[in-house]
Amino acid sequence: MSAAGSAALRDPAWLGRLFWLCAGLALLWPLGLATEFRPWVLLEPDSLRVSARFLGDFFPPSLQPDFLLLVARETWRTVAMATAGITLALLLAIPLTLLSTRVLSISALSGRMAAGPFWVRQLLRWLMIVLRSVPELVWALVFVRVVGLGPTAGVLAIALTYGGMLGKVYGEILESGDGQVGEALLRNGSSRLQTFFYALLPQNAAELCSYTVYRWECAIRSSVVLGFVGAGGLGQQLDGSMKMFNGAEVSTMLLVFMALVALADRTSAWLRRVLQ
Amino acid sequence: MKIALVAAAARHPAARPGAAPALQPITLRIAQGEPVAVIGPSGAGKTTLLQLLACALPPAEGELQLDGINPWALPRRELQRLRGRLFLAPQVPPLPPRQRVVTAVLAGRLPAMSLWASLRSLFHPIDMAAAQAVLARFDLTDKLFERVDRLSGGERQRVGLARALLAPAGLWLIDEPLSALDPTRAAQACATLVDEARARGVTLVASLHQVEMALAQFPRIVGLRDGVLVFDLPAEEVTPARLAALYAQHEDELHGTAPAPPVLSSDAAARLVGATCR
Repeated sequence: MSAAGSAALRDPAWLGRLFWLCAGLALLWPLGLATEFRPWVLLEPDSLRVSARFLGDFFPPSLQPDFLLLVARETWRTVAMATAGITLALLLAIPLTLLSTRVLSISALSGRMAAGPFWVRQLLRWLMIVLRSVPELVWALVFVRVVGLGPTAGVLAIALTYGGMLGKVYGEILESGDGQVGEALLRNGSSRLQTFFYALLPQNAAELCSYTVYRWECAIRSSVVLGFVGAGGLGQQLDGSMKMFNGAEVSTMLLVFMALVALADRTSAWLRRVLQ
Repeated sequence: MKIALVAAAARHPAARPGAAPALQPITLRIAQGEPVAVIGPSGAGKTTLLQLLACALPPAEGELQLDGINPWALPRRELQRLRGRLFLAPQVPPLPPRQRVVTAVLAGRLPAMSLWASLRSLFHPIDMAAAQAVLARFDLTDKLFERVDRLSGGERQRVGLARALLAPAGLWLIDEPLSALDPTRAAQACATLVDEARARGVTLVASLHQVEMALAQFPRIVGLRDGVLVFDLPAEEVTPARLAALYAQHEDELHGTAPAPPVLSSDAAARLVGATCR
């Protein structure tokens, strides 16, 4: 190959890629220092012994009938807490989505959105940022003080945080689908809600459902963390068993969590298949 | 519906500020119930003209009048009500892939339906007979309960046209209605639109790539090129010489096949979102 030929074959994007790779590594280095990221500590004999003892306690899982009954009751309470939380979150998120999504703007049909609708959308977006930027743990601590210890605090905490999350992501799902379908209905004089039900919903149903089920799964996990601050459910039991160093009970409850997450996963796959 | 465009120009909302308008100032009057075909090579501004008439795009200069009213001077709510009396059918039929044909067709009626009625219709279609009747006009009787994504491109396009027949509109603006149809179906669909529009007194403006079809079915032809109105004549006065001038350097579009319409890719887009948003 001639020199001119090899010059013509030089990939112009290559140097840029090399630069960004190095820049990425250079940025990660101080992050590693800041988080004291030293994974090799895990492999030192002392740490290994401690971990082995802790994990060894996990086996065999506790299968005492009393305990299993308790776990079943608390599991039911956890599932109820997550489901009630998500339902309340939906009641909050759906209106927020419908009011804030750009694809349902009539004034944006012909160029720029008008000032009034723009600021309404902006305000609702900020509201959703506030709702979801406060961690559910903090909401739960607030509500535990207001409504006392128990699942109600957890339900309210999940509802607020997840309302903000669902509202944001629903809006983005609606906005990134094919906009033409909804636009055509709006342009032909349909109302916003009619457009939502006749164009956006059939187009995005599978995505919306699978995201909702995924959030339900997340709510189950959050309810564990919330249990640690006294919001009840499996989390509170898990906290108790951890403090008593009862590894057998911890492992039983972890198995229950895995089963719940697997259930959510299957449900979501099934829903997607049905709605596809 | 009566249309008057007075020195109206249009540019795309996304166009660069210095760019030439997609449609140069154009003056055009169309009487109530008059069928008009818009022809011209690709990029001539046919779609922009239809969007201008559909109140989808405000004129950059000049004025649009529908039944003597300037729609852009109306409050937003009134403008949206007026849009309910227009029907713009885009070139790519805007149908959700997972919707059933009956629902997609009845969606043409939405401006005349209350929210409650439209929700009820999702549960159990309220006027299946009407949907069936308009589908029959386009030879789609057996597709009533089919899903849109099971239809061929040509069938989808005809479903999109059937929707117009259910719309409570006094003006049909149809963009390239025949681009995905074979010649027989195209002639049939075109005749159906023109006949129905005439029977109902609906004004019909259709952009067409099939010049022979336009000349055969429409009494009045508007020729556009590079955003400029080249001629506005009765069909019999559109001579081969005028057509040759209109399509100069685009002769393949005049004689050959129309370019294929872009493919609807909403599913791919939807999947992409799903992957990125969590």
